Amino acid sequence: MKNEGEGSERPDNTAFTQQRLPAWQPILSAGIVIPGFLIIGLAFIGIGIGLFLTSQTIQVLEMDYTGVEKDSPCFRCTIQSSQNCTCDVTFSLSTLFTGPVFFYYGLSNYFQNFRKYGVSKDYYQLTGDTKYFKSPQDVCAPYAYDSKSNPIVPCGAIANSMFNDTFELYQIINGTKKQVPLDGKGISWWTDYNIKYRNPSPVNGSFANAFEGTVKPINWPKAAYELDLTDPYNNGFLNQDFLVWMRRSALPQFRKLYRRITEGDYSAGLPAGNYSLTVHYNYPVLSFDGRKKVVFSNVSWMGGKNDFLGIAYLVVGSLCVVMSVVMLIVYAKFKFSDDDA
Amino acid sequence: MCSALALGIGSLEAAVKWMVFCVYVVELARSHERIRALSADRIPDSALAPVENGRSQRERRKRGETHLPLGKPGVGFTGVRMMGIISSELERCWSEMGFHLLKSRRLYSVSLQEFWHRHSTHGIFVFEPFSAAKMPFLTVVCGFCVARFQPGPAGCERKMRWVIVDTPTSPVTSGLPLFFVITVTAIKQGYEDWLRHKADNEVNKYPVTVLEDGRSVKKESEKIKVGDVVEVVEDETFPCDLILLQSSREDGTCFTHYTVPDTEKDLQALTAAIECEQPQPDLYKFVGRMHIYKPEQEPAVSSIKVKPAWQLLKPCTLFHLSLDRLKCFYEPLRRVLHESGPGQIRPTYFQQCCSLGATLTSLGPENLLLKGATLKNTKKIYGVALYTGMETKMALNYQGKSQKRSAVEKSINAFLLVYLCILISKAIVCTTLKYVWQSKEGQDEPWYNQKTQKEKDTNMYLKMFTDFLSFMVLFNFIIPVSMYVTVEMQKFLGSFFITWDKDFVDPEIQEGALVNTSDLNEELGQVEYVFTDKTGTLTQNNMEFIECCIDGFQYKHRDNRSELDGFTVTDGPVNKLQQKAGREKEELFLRALCLCHTVQVKEAGSEVVTDQVDGIDGMIHQPEEERGFIASSPDEIALVKGAMKYGFTFLGLESKSMKIRNRQNDIEEYKLLHVLNFDPVRRRMSVIVQTKSGETLLFCKGADSSIFPRVKPEEVDRIRMHVERNATEGYRTLCVAYKQLSAEEYAVADTGLREARLALQDREEKLMAMYNQVETGMSLIGATAVEDRLQEEAAETMEALQGAGMKVWVLTGDKMETAKSTCYACRLFQRGTELLELTVRTLEDGRSWSTANQDYGFIIDGATLSLLMNPPRDADASLYRNLFLQICQNCTAVLCCRMAPLQKAQIVKMVKNSKGSPITLSIGDGANDVSMILEAHVGIGIKGKEGRQAVRNSDYAIPKLKHLKKLLLAHGHLYYVRIAHLVQYFFYKNLCFILPQFLYQFFCGYSQQPLYDAAYLTMYNICFTSMPILAYSLLEQHISIEILLDHAALYREIANNAMLRWRPFLYWTVLGIFQGLLFFFGVRFLFSNPALQDNGQVFGNWSYGTIVFTVLVFTVTLKLALDTRHWTWINHFVIWGSLAFYVFFSFFWGGIIWPFLKQQRLYFVFANMLSSVSAWLVIIILILLSLLPEILLVVLRKPRGPHSRQMKRRLPSSGTSTIFMLSQTASTHSFSWSD
Repeated sequence: MKNEGEGSERPDNTAFTQQRLPAWQPILSAGIVIPGFLIIGLAFIGIGIGLFLTSQTIQVLEMDYTGVEKDSPCFRCTIQSSQNCTCDVTFSLSTLFTGPVFFYYGLSNYFQNFRKYGVSKDYYQLTGDTKYFKSPQDVCAPYAYDSKSNPIVPCGAIANSMFNDTFELYQIINGTKKQVPLDGKGISWWTDYNIKYRNPSPVNGSFANAFEGTVKPINWPKAAYELDLTDPYNNGFLNQDFLVWMRRSALPQFRKLYRRITEGDYSAGLPAGNYSLTVHYNYPVLSFDGRKKVVFSNVSWMGGKNDFLGIAYLVVGSLCVVMSVVMLIVYAKFKFSDDDA
Repeated sequence: MCSALALGIGSLEAAVKWMVFCVYVVELARSHERIRALSADRIPDSALAPVENGRSQRERRKRGETHLPLGKPGVGFTGVRMMGIISSELERCWSEMGFHLLKSRRLYSVSLQEFWHRHSTHGIFVFEPFSAAKMPFLTVVCGFCVARFQPGPAGCERKMRWVIVDTPTSPVTSGLPLFFVITVTAIKQGYEDWLRHKADNEVNKYPVTVLEDGRSVKKESEKIKVGDVVEVVEDETFPCDLILLQSSREDGTCFTHYTVPDTEKDLQALTAAIECEQPQPDLYKFVGRMHIYKPEQEPAVSSIKVKPAWQLLKPCTLFHLSLDRLKCFYEPLRRVLHESGPGQIRPTYFQQCCSLGATLTSLGPENLLLKGATLKNTKKIYGVALYTGMETKMALNYQGKSQKRSAVEKSINAFLLVYLCILISKAIVCTTLKYVWQSKEGQDEPWYNQKTQKEKDTNMYLKMFTDFLSFMVLFNFIIPVSMYVTVEMQKFLGSFFITWDKDFVDPEIQEGALVNTSDLNEELGQVEYVFTDKTGTLTQNNMEFIECCIDGFQYKHRDNRSELDGFTVTDGPVNKLQQKAGREKEELFLRALCLCHTVQVKEAGSEVVTDQVDGIDGMIHQPEEERGFIASSPDEIALVKGAMKYGFTFLGLESKSMKIRNRQNDIEEYKLLHVLNFDPVRRRMSVIVQTKSGETLLFCKGADSSIFPRVKPEEVDRIRMHVERNATEGYRTLCVAYKQLSAEEYAVADTGLREARLALQDREEKLMAMYNQVETGMSLIGATAVEDRLQEEAAETMEALQGAGMKVWVLTGDKMETAKSTCYACRLFQRGTELLELTVRTLEDGRSWSTANQDYGFIIDGATLSLLMNPPRDADASLYRNLFLQICQNCTAVLCCRMAPLQKAQIVKMVKNSKGSPITLSIGDGANDVSMILEAHVGIGIKGKEGRQAVRNSDYAIPKLKHLKKLLLAHGHLYYVRIAHLVQYFFYKNLCFILPQFLYQFFCGYSQQPLYDAAYLTMYNICFTSMPILAYSLLEQHISIEILLDHAALYREIANNAMLRWRPFLYWTVLGIFQGLLFFFGVRFLFSNPALQDNGQVFGNWSYGTIVFTVLVFTVTLKLALDTRHWTWINHFVIWGSLAFYVFFSFFWGGIIWPFLKQQRLYFVFANMLSSVSAWLVIIILILLSLLPEILLVVLRKPRGPHSRQMKRRLPSSGTSTIFMLSQTASTHSFSWSD
């Protein structure tokens, strides 16, 4: 197999060929590991405490508005098959809910991570390539064409199932409702909004014309070019809610950012008081035993409230410390017995 | 678009199926070939039937010709012989083509593939030389892949990828690693195949002179046909088994000691037929006859006569031919046969021959020149090719070279099976749960994820099946396909370290070690049994006269030139009464040494000694002063040279008279009357010479055991002590006796010997009786001690091997005494070793062994062994064999002497197949060791000065025996540790790679959603984690080479495949599961709130996968870093480099909108992940947590570690003990002669 070492062709005498490359031979001795563990343990405990405390400061308000229970405000929307059902969920804050407040909606038992569901979109459509408007990719099936064989734009299950409950938040001051302004900007990833998704270029100056010959997704009340008629930069595929929805959740229980409360009187947060959340209840979840909720939360440097990290760090940190102590004992004992022998 | 894709997939599927089919067939052929083929030696295939120009097979068939196109009867026999090597498959093909006439009973097989190869390139009739290169190049490339996967299930796994169109990952995702694997391995295989082709050509295509139609024609050695008259000149090897016809020497002997048939003087007008037995492996047996027709009595069969005529009938294998087979090829003979009818073939044929006036000459083994031997001391010989190609005796002595598979590979396959089970059970679990889960209302088809009409229509069971397959595809990454390529690369590159090692370079031959196969590197670390040849391996086969003993007085020659000239200066016995033996005795002894031998003098040129003992074994080049000697046995030369040192020089044999120059520089002449040849049963040889003065003297030399009973007891007592002492010191001892024959005695002896020699029946027995009769009543004059010098450091090497727990067996063709003494010298047998002899001699007298608790050595000889292996019919063969094996395994060392090559292989095979199937290693240097080299798990060839047979057939070749120590203890050990770690690591890393993906199924409705992006799935094994482990597996030295060499016992730590047993495998698997769970659930809890950024935005599923994957890559790489004990800059570079590469790649992959991707799912996912502090924190803690147990284990194991190593160092190392023993040996030397 190998070239024979011909007479003149003696093997090279280099450190590499002779397997004598200078090498560092680390030995994980107790002398390194015990203090190492101690340091790591203490550092972790430190981080853990920090994380835990930070997590504790984050305020979260979660409200399930699915309306399963008969006495819940949205119960009627679940039985009533009528469109445009609205219900009011009221809550009160005893202290200031520090801002900026992030307003999430949450769904559970909702599998955005179904494989078939996940691939069911046409990326070329979503980059504004009108060629694909007329002939959506097969992966979009059965949401590629409507019953009259008109191509759907945006096609696919994800777009079709876009969350369409809308909320309005009012602070009730002395019995009157004061609308809390909700900021819909910056809720989706910057890259999604600026690079990844593109609207088709307007045809004859009209954005809607670009969609000619296509139909809206079956479950959508209005076409993509009508998603936000007030703001042309929030319309079409670049609608922030749409973009948020298109980023599939990892787990069947998830929350997505709906709005931020950053403006006006509420830039410092939601003051204590009574609030009323008007829900335009459109999105059916009970058929698959799902739940809907709204979450108000503020965030810290570590993101939203999550006790897990802090606890994990505390546990691992103390584990390290305990182990360094155990190792110290073991090591001392063995050293001792060695001296005996 | 989609349909195009489907079409693409469909054709891919078809291609794969086709490929798998092809490969399967090729593989079948290959394995078939391996069974029988002698690939290693690349023996040319003999049979070459002619192709009739321009007439294709098909044409002939059309015309209804159903016989072979054989023009000449002689060729017909070639045809027969060709048929003889056709396998049954081939036969079927032939019969389909109209050749129904062939109904052979037992046929040798040649592979089907071989047949194809021939067929496609040369038409059906041409059999190209046998080629070790297994396949045509092209088939290698496509053929290789599945061949690799055949043992493992990965191959089938791959096929499935394309069976279903709807897969969770694209074919490219899974196909790319496969493609990568195939490409790399195919390149490697192709390269090795090319090298093999080259080596084949070297052997098959060297030029040979063949006499054809009276002219010398140069032919390639592979093209020699049976019946060709071949010319071989000095120093050439015989290209096939030849019957010697004529030699250039006047006395008609060629120095391989084969005699020419007496009548064979004039080849120019020779017409003859040779019958011979079917090829059979026994080297020492051959039966044949030659019918020589007088020129005027041209037999009818030979139709064409060309002048000058070399009309030699092709040899036929008459004894085993059936009527049917003959008739179609050989018309004239058929007539004869038909007349006599079947069953009476032989007599009729002979009658026919005899009636034609043929002279019958019997041919015996002495007439046969075996392939592989070298012609020496004879200018030129002519011989007729009798057995060629695979039918040569040497070839038949080779075992088929079955592909050797190492124990590691077997472990891999076992592990693979486990992982396959895991894979299947994962898929089954997921499929089952999926349908259980779906049965719940609303889960199967929620409104947001409707099924297509096609999906709705699909049969439920089919859906289940496709789901199952989808899961298989999703989880198939658990089968480490790329492990094959990494293992392959590791072996290929790793073996370079053996070739490069300068410690293996021998200054004499200026060559280092040679690696013939890289597949067995790790096996070197697993050897349990070492089978070694003696001559040329343990010893240098370089005899030296050490001392002699004349009349009870010891003479030791000093190696000092100035004191050379005679007996006057000797280390005589310190006996005060008498300083030395009488002068007369001395001279008689020396004359005896000078006369009693079969040595020939060679005046100039390089001297060569042929070791007749081992048949075609050993030619030793021996640099010589002014005079060269040639003899069948090197010790004879040593004796003659010894005598020369003491003043008696043998000048040569000229026309039956031997001349010696005595100390007075007078020339003495003796007439050589008879030589009573050496034979292994008598174990002595004698000459009868007549002095000038008319005295008739018989000189006899032989083993003490055979001489002592034939001399006077009082003489024996004086000498026995010396002989025994010399024997225990490892010298070959010979006793010399003489006898004066009176005229009458001589007359009786002379006639008796002559009669016996001419006897046609029981010649051997009669000669033996005569010899015994003559060699009696002699008087003992002395004894000699000849040393077969051990190879450098032979004893140390053997000791190191034994210290490493290996059992060393010596298998030799040599005499028992010499072998035994060598064993003593090598310290294989110690002084206290009780020797158990099982030889023909001891078989009769039952002896009870002492049952004391001590070392036993076991000695068995070839004849006994064959009794043991093939006992008489009624005996229980397996019982004997088991008993034998048990005895052997309980002995510290075993010596098997008088072994035929095939017996050596038998022994190896027996041990190899014994309980626990220990790993065996054979080491040898000669052609007679080839069979055992091939048989053993690891075959090592010594690059001696002998032929390259052993080297060519070995897996590894080293220049000297001493190199074995480093090869096994250092290289073998390291390779084993490396590859074992590699294998375990691969399984582990794939387990913790795919386990999160499995767990994710529980959270995604069992929808086969991949957790990781396709790029990550593809690159994980190819790029992110492959290089560090490769570097590790090439460079790791967990213990430095010096320590490994110093402490042979360290080798025991890895014995019995210690690192690849189920326990470590379980450990790694548990580790993998632990880490996999940790990765997944750690991130799972983090994602209970997916808002992980400080801007409140949420992460999606690809972020989830990327975090898990990042933790995974880092953990797996750092785990390897933890295991690395030997950090060279390459390790640093590769480990940190691949982590950096991962980060870089992730940025790069996520940083660009890739136009060829249909979904930019990873776009900016990685960068976004890094912008999240929580992600960082979770990555850090998960890495640490998963490595924690490993660190703990290392540390908790450590406190004892350094101390135990220190303890080991404090023990007397094997090195010092060797010195100690050597000094002991030296002291015995100096003491022994003083008494």
